[in-house]
Amino acid sequence: MEAWIRARVTLALTLFALLFFVSRSSPPRQFVISNAERRIDLSSHIINVHLTLKVENTGTRPASEVVLALTPTEVDHLAMVDALAIKGKRKKTTSVHLEVKPTELPDAPPIDAKYFTIYLADPLNSGESTTLEVLYVFMHFLEPFPAEIAQSESQLVFYHDTALILSPYHIKQQTTFIKTPSTKVESFIRVEPTNRVGTEIKYGPYEDCPPYSISPIHVHFENNSPFAVVEELVQEIEISHWGNIQVTEHYTLVHAGARHKGVFSRVDYQSRQFSNGASSFRYLLARLPARVHSVYYRDEIGNISSSHLRTNSLKSELEIEPRYPLFGGWKATFVIGYGLPLQDFLFESSDDKRYLNFTFGCPLIGMVVDKLTIKVVLPEGSTDPSPVVPFPVEHRLEAKYSSLDVIGRTVVVLEKKNFVPMHNSHFQVYYTFNPIFMLAEPLMLASAFFMFFVACVAYIHIDLSIRK
Amino acid sequence: MSNSSTSDLLKPFKLKTKQQELLISILCLVYILAFITRLFSVLRYESMIHEFDPYFNYRTTLYLTQHGFYDFWNWFDYESWYPLGRIVGGTLYPGLMVTAALIYRLLHFLRFAVHIREVCVLTAPFFASNTTLVAYFFGKEIWDSGAGLVAAILIAVCPGYISRSVAGSYDNEGVAIFALLFTFYLFVKAVNKGSLAWGLASAFGYFYMVSAWGGYIFIINLIPLYVLVLLITGRYSMRLYVAYNCMYILGMLLAMQIRFVGFQHVQSGEHMAAMGVFFLMQVFYFLDWVKHMLSDTKLFQEFLSITVTCAVAAGGIALGVGVASGYISPWTGRFYSLLDPTYAKDHIPIIASVSEHQPTAWSSFMFDFHILLFLFPAGLYFCFKRLSDATIFIVMYGLTSMYFAGVMVRLILVATPAVCLISAIAVSATVKNLTVLLRSKNKVAQIGSTKGTSSAKASSKASLDQSQPFQKNGAMALLFGAFYLLSRYATHCTWVTSEAYSSPSIVLAARGAHGNRVIFDDYREAYFWLRQNTPPDAKVMSWWDYGYQITAMGNRTVIVDNNTWNNTHIATVGRAMSSYEDEAYEIIRSLDVDYVLVVFGGVTGYSSDDINKFLWMVRIGGGVFPVIKEPDYLVNGEYRVDKGAAPKMLNCLMYKLSYYRFGEMMTEYGKPPGYDRARGVEIGNKDIKLEHLEEAFTTSNWIVRIYKVKPPNNRW
Repeated sequence: MEAWIRARVTLALTLFALLFFVSRSSPPRQFVISNAERRIDLSSHIINVHLTLKVENTGTRPASEVVLALTPTEVDHLAMVDALAIKGKRKKTTSVHLEVKPTELPDAPPIDAKYFTIYLADPLNSGESTTLEVLYVFMHFLEPFPAEIAQSESQLVFYHDTALILSPYHIKQQTTFIKTPSTKVESFIRVEPTNRVGTEIKYGPYEDCPPYSISPIHVHFENNSPFAVVEELVQEIEISHWGNIQVTEHYTLVHAGARHKGVFSRVDYQSRQFSNGASSFRYLLARLPARVHSVYYRDEIGNISSSHLRTNSLKSELEIEPRYPLFGGWKATFVIGYGLPLQDFLFESSDDKRYLNFTFGCPLIGMVVDKLTIKVVLPEGSTDPSPVVPFPVEHRLEAKYSSLDVIGRTVVVLEKKNFVPMHNSHFQVYYTFNPIFMLAEPLMLASAFFMFFVACVAYIHIDLSIRK
Repeated sequence: MSNSSTSDLLKPFKLKTKQQELLISILCLVYILAFITRLFSVLRYESMIHEFDPYFNYRTTLYLTQHGFYDFWNWFDYESWYPLGRIVGGTLYPGLMVTAALIYRLLHFLRFAVHIREVCVLTAPFFASNTTLVAYFFGKEIWDSGAGLVAAILIAVCPGYISRSVAGSYDNEGVAIFALLFTFYLFVKAVNKGSLAWGLASAFGYFYMVSAWGGYIFIINLIPLYVLVLLITGRYSMRLYVAYNCMYILGMLLAMQIRFVGFQHVQSGEHMAAMGVFFLMQVFYFLDWVKHMLSDTKLFQEFLSITVTCAVAAGGIALGVGVASGYISPWTGRFYSLLDPTYAKDHIPIIASVSEHQPTAWSSFMFDFHILLFLFPAGLYFCFKRLSDATIFIVMYGLTSMYFAGVMVRLILVATPAVCLISAIAVSATVKNLTVLLRSKNKVAQIGSTKGTSSAKASSKASLDQSQPFQKNGAMALLFGAFYLLSRYATHCTWVTSEAYSSPSIVLAARGAHGNRVIFDDYREAYFWLRQNTPPDAKVMSWWDYGYQITAMGNRTVIVDNNTWNNTHIATVGRAMSSYEDEAYEIIRSLDVDYVLVVFGGVTGYSSDDINKFLWMVRIGGGVFPVIKEPDYLVNGEYRVDKGAAPKMLNCLMYKLSYYRFGEMMTEYGKPPGYDRARGVEIGNKDIKLEHLEEAFTTSNWIVRIYKVKPPNNRW
């Protein structure tokens, strides 16, 4: 292990040294970051990085595009990036949401990096400065080491980063705070000045860092928070204009932490709860909308009896327990289904269309979803569906045949990869629907029964015998 | 046409329709009743498949609906009987699966988006409902429509039938009892009518029965026996000739289409009776013809003796040659065990080890039939009083099936329809007699009061009634008694259904300390763990009881399962379980096993676990491998697991796997650790070390324990 770390560090340092010489040129050098503060929260397996940048325009022209740089590995694990502009002085600050888009820079950067551009609401004039707050959310970024642990061991993970913020701009002063879930930190690389107090490691302040300067570090620490990852979630929302919305959610849940190795002993697990299986988890909490009814929780082989539902007028909470506790690498698949009153979620828009207003997200709390598919099944006979989602998703149309369907129902399929709870927001699906279609199925049933009775009556009254 | 003539025409019609309406509505209610009384398990638990065998049926049905009929027919299952595999299409009765798949297709065609599981769960109740209709028609055929109605009601709730046809009990019997009764009904109808069409229909009924259940052997032996009885009692007729020949020949040809049955109709000892009777029928017909041609009776007598001797001799020689040359297989062990109840115990432990193959106790007759047990002899009396071809049939069916029900618990099922029908005759005849008595007296009184003059017969009857003043009251009392008994029967049936026969046995339910319901869902916990967290090609070794469930729910390969077609393979598993760990490890390695699964009830007090089944493993293992000796596991003929247990018992693999680390466990307050609640003793070996296996998973109530087989140690 030591050798391995050393090799990595040497490599990184060589790269780092090289970079100092190579670093020049590249993006619009209009900005200088006068002060940068980064707070990295490692307390769960979803990593939040809060970056506060004080950006100053040192160029001659007003500019409105601030570029952020991330390493390719970071981009691979990036679930979300969000930027706010902070205005006003202390205690009277207002924040404005800014648009962030991935961009390519024309001139080859000295380091392999990917870029995001923040579009400021008002261009920054020469000499002016502003404060930006950037939130990065990473998933699957902590590397369990050792990769396999036994039941009684706790889970140790690596966090890799650089002590200096990767940026295409010159940074005058910067500090990085790393918060670990507990005080148990096995090792971390010091880049002086470095200071560790309690659960926090402070890197910096560093002065006058040229663009693209990095200084690789790692933190090896204990993290026993449940690494619960939903590999795939398919949520089906079926609208019935008879007053019900039926939601069915198919989960593939996995414990993405260090893999479980060797024995699973029930007697140890039952009698020594805290020292045993510290990184495993048993309970999950799903927050469902209020007025939820007919909730079920089952899997391919039947109902799972370990669940509790608590409802009140504002929200409903469903506590579920998979059939067995999940240790590292163990999987569980299950289905949650529930019904909702239609009037809470379906509205009529001004242009005679109807729209469904529903939460885009995973009801399980604190859950990372690798692939989230939402299928909105519109009633039979509805036309021109159009989804409105606050962030980019893939969408397509499908057809589904449910009970008593003749022409099939239109299904709007929305797909999002790398979903984190911060994405939770509302989305809408607009469509037109003629209420006459509601009568189709009852009429079909009624006529079928009518035909049956007519046939019976005819059979009783008609004498089919040949001889009299 | 004038108005009056139409009303004249309508008058009898109206009366008839009123009766018909009543009849149809009663039948509809019985139909619904038969269905809903079987839904207890769905309401109490959930819509799930029960027990063991139904899981195989469910799995094959799933395969059939997903891959189509041809793939199903040619299916070679790699997931069972590893490394041998199983030719599924050729070793099962496909009737049940095809029926369920057809219902599923039909519902989907009608745009009902149901899951195949729901169809499978509700197949048995649906067919039970259909059976009530058949019972009605059958009762009508052998007695009258009143008896038919009573039979329909009795069979709808009879516990003997419900035990195998509750919702979720997706087994062959659920469909087969319907097919059995239907075939019998069609055959009796064919005998009564002498029509080729009914004979053909009964052949198709027989085909359906053959495709559904191995119990068709009962039909193919009962019908020839019945025909033989008719021949002997001089009831031979052209109707019988037509019905039997048509049914036998066509039924045989059709049955040959089922791969599992194949040419057994002409090659196996169990089917030879039917063939013998078939030839006998031809001889009879021939003799009849000769008798018709010859006017001289003396000559005919001589001819008769010669022909009969020749025919019997020829048949005997053919049978002898067939058996000697091996063309005709001798009777199988299962068949022997039916004729001789002690046979299985001595020769085939694998049959004897199944609880439903045990001889029936009196209490279970009472439990399953209740008052029918007393009505049955009464019904037989009525049948003998009014002998006809049809009543002879039902009497024979009743008597033979009652015998078989006494031999094996599960054959109570076969006897149930006969018992219901015969009891229905008793009830219907009694009630009819009583009501006729009550009504006729009223009528006489009425006639006497209105007209004054009455016929001699009526007056004599009236005087007879007057001479017995208590007759009316007696009839009333008897009638009330009958209704009381029948209502007791209904309550009993409902109680039995809800208490005894509606538990899925996969999910165990118990009452907690506060009266709340505690559910032990350990089986599914373990199977689902296997399904999700083991390599897809992992091989699981367990006792054969759990084979079907592991393949269906766990989706993993098993070494042996409930099909029990290969005794040696099962004995190998039994041997592994009853050997010391290092010996067992070699067997396990040779079978390429990755996981070993045992069922253990010591924590919860669940008594049908592997330790309690263990002696059967020893017996079956010892039957093939004489190294395993039953006395090694017993102390003075006593089976125990505590300190006084036999040393081999305390160190065999099954003991170790069941009780591994159980010694540290406190199961009950005030008892020492390692107290086995299923057997009520403290275990004898608390310091169990495993060398070649390691605990991979134990369910929350310890009912299922799964061990991983470690790879062999490095030699250097």
